[in-house]
Amino acid sequence: MANTATVDELGHAPEVRGKNYLNQTAGVWSWLTTVDHKRIGIMYLVSVLVGFGLGGIFALLVRLELLTAKKTIMDATQYNQAFTLHGAAMVFLFIIPSIPASLGNFFLPLMIGAKDVAFPKLNLLSLYLFWIGAIFMLAAIVTGGVDTGWTFYVPYASGVSTTSVISATFGVFVMGFSSILTGLNFIVTLHKLRAPGMSWYRMPLFLWSLYATSIIQVLATPVLGITLLLLIFERAFHIGIFDPTLGGDPVLFQHFFWFYSHPAVYIMILPGMGVATEILSTHSKRRVFGYKAIAFSSVAIALVSFLVWGHHMFVSGQSELSSAIFSFLTFFVAIPSGVKMFNWLGTLWGGSIRFTVPMLYGIAFLFLFAIGGLTGLFLGTLSVDLHLHDTYFVVAHFHYVMMGSTAIAFFGGLHHWWPKMTGKMYDEKLARVGFALTFIGFNWTFFTQFILGTRGMPRRYYNYLDQFQPLHAFSTYGSWVLGTGFLITFICLARSLKTGAPAPANPWDSTTLEWQTASPPITENFEKAPIVTLDAYERPAEETA
Amino acid sequence: MRLDPIELGSFWMPKQSSTIAEEIDTAYYIVYWLDVVMFVALMGALAYFMYKYKRRGPKDKLSDVTHSTTLEISWTIIPTILVIGLFFVGLKGWMKAMVAPGNALEIRTTAEMYMWTFTYPNGNVSVNELVVPKGQPVKLIMSSKDVLHSFFVPEFRVKQDVVPGMYTTVWFEATENRDTILFCTEYCGVGHSDMMAKVLVLDKPEYDQWQETGLKPGEKPLPPAELGKKLYATRSCNTCHSLDGSRIQGPTFKGVFGRTEQIADGSSVKVDENYIRESLLEPNKKVVQGYPAVMPTYKGLLKETDIDAIIAYLKTVQ
Repeated sequence: MANTATVDELGHAPEVRGKNYLNQTAGVWSWLTTVDHKRIGIMYLVSVLVGFGLGGIFALLVRLELLTAKKTIMDATQYNQAFTLHGAAMVFLFIIPSIPASLGNFFLPLMIGAKDVAFPKLNLLSLYLFWIGAIFMLAAIVTGGVDTGWTFYVPYASGVSTTSVISATFGVFVMGFSSILTGLNFIVTLHKLRAPGMSWYRMPLFLWSLYATSIIQVLATPVLGITLLLLIFERAFHIGIFDPTLGGDPVLFQHFFWFYSHPAVYIMILPGMGVATEILSTHSKRRVFGYKAIAFSSVAIALVSFLVWGHHMFVSGQSELSSAIFSFLTFFVAIPSGVKMFNWLGTLWGGSIRFTVPMLYGIAFLFLFAIGGLTGLFLGTLSVDLHLHDTYFVVAHFHYVMMGSTAIAFFGGLHHWWPKMTGKMYDEKLARVGFALTFIGFNWTFFTQFILGTRGMPRRYYNYLDQFQPLHAFSTYGSWVLGTGFLITFICLARSLKTGAPAPANPWDSTTLEWQTASPPITENFEKAPIVTLDAYERPAEETA
Repeated sequence: MRLDPIELGSFWMPKQSSTIAEEIDTAYYIVYWLDVVMFVALMGALAYFMYKYKRRGPKDKLSDVTHSTTLEISWTIIPTILVIGLFFVGLKGWMKAMVAPGNALEIRTTAEMYMWTFTYPNGNVSVNELVVPKGQPVKLIMSSKDVLHSFFVPEFRVKQDVVPGMYTTVWFEATENRDTILFCTEYCGVGHSDMMAKVLVLDKPEYDQWQETGLKPGEKPLPPAELGKKLYATRSCNTCHSLDGSRIQGPTFKGVFGRTEQIADGSSVKVDENYIRESLLEPNKKVVQGYPAVMPTYKGLLKETDIDAIIAYLKTVQ
């Protein structure tokens, strides 16, 4: 595809050697006013990493507090704020925007051979809205914290809590618009800006996952926005919508909330699945097995995700019939997820597997997603959920999905695309140490919590029974290993920026388009508009002969 | 040695102390073994591929198989059948757990920040202690006075949210003589993790005796001050009133009797028998200055002898 005769080993054509999107223009202002999807992606990347750091610090504080059964370092009020802010920061500042807004923004146009997204200015607006929303959330922390849990359940959040609920929910409301606009931008870009020859079925599967994600973002996020606005009205003006003392219905809030927040789970996981597909294919040098099955399973997950919200509410007081129907539908999410799992394994079969750092994350993703997915079956099974609902089993389950799968895929993608984004390689050895500690620490921390959960330990407990103390302490030790792993990863990546060796255009010998241009890419992405003649992940004939 | 409040029945699960527990555990283990088999198969394949297809060099032969319709159809259909099976496994136990037998003993249950109140058919009331007879179905008719709460007894495997503005119900039949625990499992604020209650399962005759006299097996009537001390803990006075002078939600009980307190309206009152009695029955009438008016009334929840006992006890707290 790329004409290798005219580019040097970094992928630069002679006339632009040394010029790229990073050094085309300089100064803070040039970044704040850029409409380049790559710079916007980088700014999102930095923002979500800050969000991750913030959520991570709260996570370590929460775990430290739980080291002993009574007070360890903070009182109950502070603990409730810590776990709320951990959840809210991780969900709204990190996981939801993480892959789509950072890696997606950067790579979606590159992977379809486009110059930019369809609406570059709207893209910048998304980023600003995200920042404004984040400022409201941070303001909430400073002006009294939030202690409602990230779910903002009423009537506690609307009438009882004395913390800065309005500021936090308004922040989430604003960030919702950022999410909607990004989704809209991606949908239009994928429809209108694919390079000649880039048919839908030639797109890398990461893009199919982003497409499915964008559909959910556009359709579901408005419901969250409306719900949070109603909550703000109720809290500020005592308009009775959810609070029974004002004539409202608290279960209605849960329906509204989960109508968004269950699809949002797939906003969080689908992009991770897409990243994993790219990593597994590239680093095993193998065409993806069952391309269409993976593509359509993303869309199927997106559609089914709208029909299963009630499985968060089996014991909420919704009708028994609703619960039974939601349980039945919930099990159908397992099927496309299983199809993906089988196809990923099929992709490794018959390949040439290199255990690079991204691949280690890719394999870890398979391991952790298998546990996260399979433990979901317990919770979908009605009678078993009676026991496990709102215990640490649920905490462990969703951490395996959200963190073990999405965050691990995100860090895998970061290592996979790092050379392309920064033009620098990183220290493989140090990155492996970071990975190993993260993987061990993660399982250490969270597998323990499955046992706590089945034995009856409820969620969101500041004090707990002495009999749970050994397992809690064990989980806390794991969190230190996990934290160290991430710290080493950050040090490794920061060092790469300073002292990393220059990255070649295609260090992993990948087939997708983003690797056919320079590392880092030029502002216009490609020297001349690429023409696609091969299927997704197909190698030119001379390579496979 | 004191036994743990939740006794373990196996590595994963608490002891089965209700009729529904066995059914739920059976469903749990069906999912568990299905998961174990699936996980081992998937990870076995992963490990094998990682070994077999490890890169040896640039000349590695690559498979060009891009799909297999037979495989893809089978790994769509087989899981579909399995998960539909799981749905019915779950539904069976669920139906049993949702429909209380007609002869169930009904206990009115009220949740509030942060205590549980149980009202028995004969009008008896217990706070933060649920006493039930063994071998008889018990149905709780639950409501909340403020925010969402949730009723969860791990040994019984039952859970149900308690919602303000509506009634929810849960039923169980205890099969063991137990002294176990119930949790609030819906986050309800600062005292959420202390919103526990004791669950005491007694044989029917002992249950009847407790209903009659308030005495549990082996208990003798206590001297007033000791009864008061017990009530201080069991009726959750300790959630808000300390004994060591520290400030919680309410004024400390250290040296409270005979103290002169400044009231919110500016007047002052000497803490005597009548003030304590009034504060128990109408707590928000004379609130000590600087404290929130949040104490719930104990009207109907304490017997006359209980009030006398608390007064006697407070005289001893110096």
